[in-house]
Amino acid sequence: MTPTLSGRIQSRLVLVAIVGIPIAVVLGLILPRPTETTTLGDMYRVFFVALALVAIVGLVWELIWHGLQQFRWEKDWPTLFGLVTGVPEGIVVWLLLRAGVPIDVGDVDGSTFVIMFAITWIAIWLVANGPLQVVFIRWRFQGGRFF
Amino acid sequence: MAAQTTGDITDALMADSVWTDADLDAHGIPRWSVPFVTIGGGIGSFAMVDALRVAGVDPSAMLVLSDLDAPTETYEHLATNSQIPDHERLRSDSGSVLDCLWGWPGYALREAITKRRPGPVWQVATEPILSEYFTPQAGQVYQSVHREAARIGWHTMLRKGVVRTVRKRAGGDYFVLFTPEPGTAPTKRVAIHARFVHLAVGYPGVRFLPDLQAYRETYDDYRSVVNAYEPHNHVYEEMLRRPTTVLVRGSGIVASRVLQRIIDDREQHGAQTQIIHLFRSYPQGWQGDSRMFRRPSRRGWTYQAFNFPKASWGGQLRYQLEGLEGEERVAFIDAVGGTNTAPRRDWQRQLEEGARDGFYTQALGTVDAVEPAKGSTRVATTIRTPTDGIGVLEADFILDATGLEAEIEEHRVLRDLLEHGGAGRNVKGRLDVERNFEVRGTAHGDGRMYASGSITLGGYYAGVDSFLGLQHAALQIQGALASQGFSRRLGALRSTSQWLKWARNVAP
Ligand SMILES: Cc1cc2nc3c(=O)[nH]c(=O)nc-3n(C[C@H](O)[C@H](O)[C@H](O)COP(=O)(O)OP(=O)(O)OC[C@H]3O[C@@H](n4cnc5c(N)ncnc54)[C@H](O)[C@@H]3O)c2cc1C
Repeated sequence: MTPTLSGRIQSRLVLVAIVGIPIAVVLGLILPRPTETTTLGDMYRVFFVALALVAIVGLVWELIWHGLQQFRWEKDWPTLFGLVTGVPEGIVVWLLLRAGVPIDVGDVDGSTFVIMFAITWIAIWLVANGPLQVVFIRWRFQGGRFF
Repeated sequence: MAAQTTGDITDALMADSVWTDADLDAHGIPRWSVPFVTIGGGIGSFAMVDALRVAGVDPSAMLVLSDLDAPTETYEHLATNSQIPDHERLRSDSGSVLDCLWGWPGYALREAITKRRPGPVWQVATEPILSEYFTPQAGQVYQSVHREAARIGWHTMLRKGVVRTVRKRAGGDYFVLFTPEPGTAPTKRVAIHARFVHLAVGYPGVRFLPDLQAYRETYDDYRSVVNAYEPHNHVYEEMLRRPTTVLVRGSGIVASRVLQRIIDDREQHGAQTQIIHLFRSYPQGWQGDSRMFRRPSRRGWTYQAFNFPKASWGGQLRYQLEGLEGEERVAFIDAVGGTNTAPRRDWQRQLEEGARDGFYTQALGTVDAVEPAKGSTRVATTIRTPTDGIGVLEADFILDATGLEAEIEEHRVLRDLLEHGGAGRNVKGRLDVERNFEVRGTAHGDGRMYASGSITLGGYYAGVDSFLGLQHAALQIQGALASQGFSRRLGALRSTSQWLKWARNVAP
């Protein structure tokens, strides 16, 4: 991928919306509840706050990634980078959730979070690396921008 | 104008920049009418017509005027001569998928499926960090283009022959004066009245290094001195028959390919070839002015994966270039392009071994003279080194791999457009086009003319002469045509439904 800064931000927001949200809805229904008292509402609160953090904290991440991209002659963002950046991003989202930022979501079960985050991240990465172009034929020519 | 009904042009007609219907009738030149014409019928025309078919244009609204049967023909010819047989890999990425405007699934995924092995997918997912950039095999590209050509009805739009000129038509639009293949039309010429004309004529011609051209003409020797783009298999055959010395000139991708061929023949077939590689300039170390803008050069070669950095096609470098004019634009295109080759490990290994074992030597200098060597059948190249020394390099063959392109006016249709059509030159002397590839100065009434390919290098887009660049141009032109009512917009719904048709291989 060869994103521009605005393409990065637009792509992130669109992908969280069209891939992240449906996946969160499904995972809430099918993932095992960490405790007997955990409700679907509790699950969704964690998932959707996590998604919101991916979207909003991600705007800062994109500035960092874009800055690093400037050190690449090709000014591209290798496919692999799109996958491994999930690790630092995931850790930060986890720490923020635990710290109750932006809202207190109660106890967060570690393994549920890892499964949810990993599945969502990989799904977004897969969709961004091909299928998205089927719907938005010009997307790849305009640095990942939709508008 | 004197009435003539020969079906051919006259000097008087050619002197007029604008033609009327009556002019053509008076010459007995039949008039056909079609909204859209693309001239060339190579890969650029193919990308254009493909985009318009996907955008809902009926084949009956378009004509392809070309000397080729299949859109890949000229490409295959040049690629084969420059030592890219069907199984060798090209120099564009997995997503530069000629037969699929969407770019997905790319060549890597498809190769993995056909060959039932995950290697290509692993490579494309980890490029260029854990592996080299994936590039497709030539044969895969040709086959998939043929399939797509059949799907979009290419042959129903194709008319074989040669375009002589394009002139403005009185009242608007254009006439494309066409010489159909003998026997396919009642007259020598046909005039096609079209509202939209697309020029995709490829290279205006391949040019030789002037000193080599002079040698060939003076000594009538077309055997020892050859261009890598023309058929030159006799050189490799001779190298297998006896020990020879070859002088290679040029340090771009074509030089890499011919060197690979020569060394492969040494490694696999026992050839005893000695290689002298002559450089005019000898870059070493980093090229570029900052940590954020530099590429590596080693031992005379400048390396980057593709002919331009990847982001030139659709990333930040594309937008940076779109904002530049004049000298700044030339400087930018030269800084990111210029002569360079791909950093393929197998090529580097071969050259390192060659240097170590003494069969590959490098020389640096400008050429003073090329003439027959005294007392042998060899060719002697006299060079002036950077320290003003004189050296003589004797070789059995000289291989010109510099890949120089001819000036645009060497192409008759383009020269005519500069003289009669209002077209102009850009900062690099090629055809001046807008950001959407409309040829500046040629609009005529409702008529619009567009161009894509190497003839537009120097405009607002760097990768014009590449698969992805030709597809970009096609989509830009399609967008411009859609806003003039020709073809539909390629919105999300249409894009998806057309992709589904593509995937099932049914007509658009
Ligand atoms: C050896 C080589 C390797 C390349 N490898 C790659 C690669 O790996 N990846 C990549 O992306 N790009 C590559 N390119 C660049 C580019 O994709 C090709 O050059 C491509 O063929 C350009 O398409 P085109 O339509 O501009 O020209 P062409 O495919 O050459 O088609 C133009 C056609 O127009 C015809 N024509 C010209 N004038 C007239 C006329 N008056 N009437 C009728 N017909 C006419 C010509 O005969 C020609 O057949 C390569 C180029 C070369 C030379």
